[in-house]
Amino acid sequence: MVPVDELIMRDRNIHPPAFTPSYKTTVLRSPRLALWSLQNSLSEITAPLFGHEEIGPLDNDLIRNYSQGGGEPIGERIIVHGHVRDENGRPVSGTLLEFWQCNAGGRYRHVNDRYIAPLDPNFGGCGRTLTNDEGYYYFRTIKPGPYPWRNYTNSWRPAHIHFSVFGTSFGQRLITQMYFEGDPLIWRDPITLTIPDENAIKRLIAPLDLNAAVPLDTLAYQFDVVLRGRHATPFEN
Amino acid sequence: MVQELRYLKESPSQTAGPYVHIGTMPHEAGFEVYEKTFGNVLAGPETEGERIRIEGIVYDGVGSPLRDALIEIWQANAAGRYNHPADRQEKPLDRAFRGWGRSGSDRQTGLYFFDTIKPGRVMGRHGRPMAPHVNFWIVARGINIGLNTRMYFSDEAEANAADPVLNLIEQASRRETLIARREDRGGEVVYRFDIRLQGEGETVFFDI
Repeated sequence: MVPVDELIMRDRNIHPPAFTPSYKTTVLRSPRLALWSLQNSLSEITAPLFGHEEIGPLDNDLIRNYSQGGGEPIGERIIVHGHVRDENGRPVSGTLLEFWQCNAGGRYRHVNDRYIAPLDPNFGGCGRTLTNDEGYYYFRTIKPGPYPWRNYTNSWRPAHIHFSVFGTSFGQRLITQMYFEGDPLIWRDPITLTIPDENAIKRLIAPLDLNAAVPLDTLAYQFDVVLRGRHATPFEN
Repeated sequence: MVQELRYLKESPSQTAGPYVHIGTMPHEAGFEVYEKTFGNVLAGPETEGERIRIEGIVYDGVGSPLRDALIEIWQANAAGRYNHPADRQEKPLDRAFRGWGRSGSDRQTGLYFFDTIKPGRVMGRHGRPMAPHVNFWIVARGINIGLNTRMYFSDEAEANAADPVLNLIEQASRRETLIARREDRGGEVVYRFDIRLQGEGETVFFDI
C-alpha cells in the first residue's frame, strides 16, 4: 500500500545543516554520512495524538502555572498567539505545542543552568496547548531575557521561546525557536545563523501584534508555525 | 513571469538546546508543573504484547555519552497497527496503547530507556511487509534538526532480511547499526540500542 497522505519532501535548504562549526557543539554531534532518503510508509505518516483531557487548565498560562502562593513572575507580560498550518496552507488542528523559555533575567529553571541571573520564584518557564479546529493557539507568559552562553567568550542568545510541535505525522515533528521583532542579537547569534536562508530566519521572528494586546495589561506577539505539507496526487503510483 | 505556486514554506528547525527537558519533561529539569506528564512507559497493564525494555546511550563523535538528549519513539502495537486514523490496515487497535513515549538521557550515565511492547509487522509500500521496528527521533543541544532513525530487533533475522527499508541501505554493514541486541536479564527482555551520531559505526539516519 502506498499511503495517500504522503508528505512533501523536506526542503533541506531552509533548515540548518547538521554540521555548523560556528555553533561549536554541533562539531561532535553532527552525523557526517548522508541521510538515507525514505519514501513514506505508515511509520512516517502516522504520529501520536493527544487529547484535551491530558492538558491542564493552566498549562498555557506561564504567568500563573508556577505561581507560589498567588505571586506572579517579574517581566513584560505578553501573549503569544498564531496558527499552525501545513505547507498546503491547511490548518493543523488538535496538535500539541509545547514551549519553554528562560525568565525575564535570562535564567532557566533547570538543574544545569548556572547563570548569575536569579531564578524567579513564580516562574517555571514551560507551557503547552492544543491547536483548535482552525489551527489556532495562544499562551500567556513573560518576555524572556537574553543570556550569555559558552560558545565564543562573548556569545549571547537573543530573547527566544522554544517550540516543540507534533503535527499529525511523525515526519512533521519539529522543534524550533521564536524570536522577537527588533532584537539586535538575532543577527549576531551563532544558533540563529545556522539557518542558511535569511528569509527562513525571518519566518522565526514574531512581530509585535498590538491588535491582540490586552489594553493596560498585556502585549502580544504573533507567531505562525508551518509544518510539512502533503502531496495532492490525483494519480496514485 | 509565471503564476505563483501557492505553498507555504516549512518553519526552519532550531536546536532543542540544553534545556529541552523544561518544556517536555519538566520533572527531569528539576521541578513539577503539570498534572499529567509524558514519559518513557508506553505499556500499561492492559496493553497486549510481549513486555520489553529498550535502552541505550547516544554517543558523540569522540565516544562520549550525550547526557542532555531527548529521545522519542513511535511504534505500532503488537498486531502491527499504528494508533492513528491514517493506518487503515485491517488489524486490531489496542486502546491501551498509544505507541509513543519520550525519555531523557540520564544526567550521569547518558542511559535512556523505554518500557514498551514488541511491535508487530506493519505493511510497507507496494505490499511489502516491514520487519518489526520502532521509529526514533533524537534532539539535543548541538543537533540542529531532529534525527530520525529506526530500531529493528536482533531476533527477527528473517523479517529483517526482507525489510524494504533495511534493504535500501547500500552497505550491508551499516544496516547493523539499526539492529538492537536482545538480552534476557533475569526474566526481563531488554533490547540494547546505542546510537552513534558520528564516527566509527555511525548510525544510519533517515530523511523521512
